[in-house]
Amino acid sequence: MAQTIPHVPPEKQLLLNVNGDEAVAYAVKQSLVDVVSAYPITPQTIIVEKFSEFVANGEVHTEFVAVESEHSAMSVCVGAAAAGARAFTATSSQGLALMWEILYIASALRLPIVLAVVNRALSAPINIHCDHNDAYGMRDSGWIQLFVENVQEAYDTTIQAFKIAEDENVLLPVAVNLDGFFLSHTLENIRILPDNVVHEFLGGHRKLAKTRVDYLDGEVPFALNPACPLSIGPLDLYDYYFEHKMHQVEAMKHVLQVVRKVNSEWYELTGRKYGDGVLEPYEVEDADVVVTVLGSTAGTVRSVVKKLRREGKKVGMVKIRMFRPFPHKDIAELLKGVKAVGVMDRGISFGSYGQSYLEIATALYSSKEKPLLVNYIYGLGGRDASPELIENFFKELIGIAEKGYVEEEIRFIGVRG
Amino acid sequence: MISYVSHMLVLPYVVGDVVLFVEIRWHGRGGQGVWTVSNLLAVAASYEDKYVQSFPAFGPERSGAPVLAFTRISDEPIEIHSMVYEPDAVVVLDCTLLGSRAIVEGLKKNGTIVTNYEDEPSKVYGVIGVEKGEYRIYTCPASRLALEVLKRPITNTAMLGSLLKALPIVKLESVFKAIEKRFPGPIAEKNIELVKRAYNETQEVK
Repeated sequence: MAQTIPHVPPEKQLLLNVNGDEAVAYAVKQSLVDVVSAYPITPQTIIVEKFSEFVANGEVHTEFVAVESEHSAMSVCVGAAAAGARAFTATSSQGLALMWEILYIASALRLPIVLAVVNRALSAPINIHCDHNDAYGMRDSGWIQLFVENVQEAYDTTIQAFKIAEDENVLLPVAVNLDGFFLSHTLENIRILPDNVVHEFLGGHRKLAKTRVDYLDGEVPFALNPACPLSIGPLDLYDYYFEHKMHQVEAMKHVLQVVRKVNSEWYELTGRKYGDGVLEPYEVEDADVVVTVLGSTAGTVRSVVKKLRREGKKVGMVKIRMFRPFPHKDIAELLKGVKAVGVMDRGISFGSYGQSYLEIATALYSSKEKPLLVNYIYGLGGRDASPELIENFFKELIGIAEKGYVEEEIRFIGVRG
Repeated sequence: MISYVSHMLVLPYVVGDVVLFVEIRWHGRGGQGVWTVSNLLAVAASYEDKYVQSFPAFGPERSGAPVLAFTRISDEPIEIHSMVYEPDAVVVLDCTLLGSRAIVEGLKKNGTIVTNYEDEPSKVYGVIGVEKGEYRIYTCPASRLALEVLKRPITNTAMLGSLLKALPIVKLESVFKAIEKRFPGPIAEKNIELVKRAYNETQEVK
């Protein structure tokens, strides 16, 4: 297979030693963002602290709005994006929970805001460490949700997020999720693009979609502007609300294709890609046992797969890069012929299962050859997912594949008692 | 066939398709610059085209409490994102931590211990609580050197110099470059001097 030569080869990309937070801040700096709004106190991240330095140093043109809560931070982004700005904010755990009400407004108004979520456990008890229940809490809010594995991917994905969000067939907000501490506070060396290349990749500043207005009998840019007034999000009862929700349903259908396209463009530009942008399988083709996982643990799982493959075990893994919209068909296709699948969730819907298990079980329901399915709940509140822990449940899954049945559909691993 | 090197003794002789993968654990107390020195080593290795990771034992740092940091250095992209459980080497910035079992916990057989220590070398086994021959132990009078050079008992950069004597995983020049990037001029100069002195005064306990 011919090797694609990236337009910007690695030696032309600047080496940067940064943690995940700084990588996101750097990506935002290069993405010609007009407005950043953030609540600057716990549970905020270094992302906006670092970005505020860029603003203070005059390195960006961005308007930085420090607000009194995350609810306001998202509200400012909604206002700015509705006026045509490229807007960004970042938060974590309880901060994201406080944004919840406005998340729905951002997506329903079709505002391409980008939000970095440093995934951290929700209180109570107070905990500042990593899990995914904060992100899973915004599952139904109409946002696109991407999860990254390492610091390089945090940088890459943040830039890609603006392009995905602003695609005229999408126009939806995007949340870029990176694991608290495991990525946000871990220094790794990454390659970054020159500023002008990022500007070109994004097509410069945000371009506005057009919308038809009857009073002019013509099209105007879809943004609040006194010169050509528009109403956005007014009262909409049982006469039209449902139809407007269908617009969101339709927009979500376009996302998979756009995410794949942006992933390919990024590969041509930088030489880096993440599977097809949606799912990143590894050694799945002939595998009897496959584990699915989101976030930074994907790397640890892959290293365990490599070790077990060296021992001759037929195992594989799928990194789920996009959780919303969920790629049901793609994952069912990938898992065809697999004997047992372990679904890892760093979160749980109390009284039910882990959130990605529910998706994968749904995806497999119509499959003719259903694999056995086990949900592994792990790492709540930042508990470490060690290679040993992962290897142990791989071995358990191999046993399940051999036996041909599952005793416990949900297993809590790395927990006392 | 690629073989994975985790043992330090062969490191200076790494050739061909042998892949370097090293995990180092730093022990110190909150405020001693444990994470900073872990970052310095990672940055220095990145200047030599290695893939690196550096992170603290995740928690709010409290001044004076025992803290950990970890450095991973590899020829290949580092996929793993968990804590370090079986380090190749541990570096101890503060000799009052030496009696703790945490120092040798998980340390690979024949792994390296590099410690700030200035007493009789033969006593160090008893202080750490290990048998002679279990690990390779190096000592450096880092507290004294730091006081002489920096006029402050900050031993992190001294122990980085000491580590490089025990394990030549990166060039001293790369460390100097990392220090110059991290600290302003005069402070960088002092720290570079300290690294050199610590490097020279580090000895293997025979």
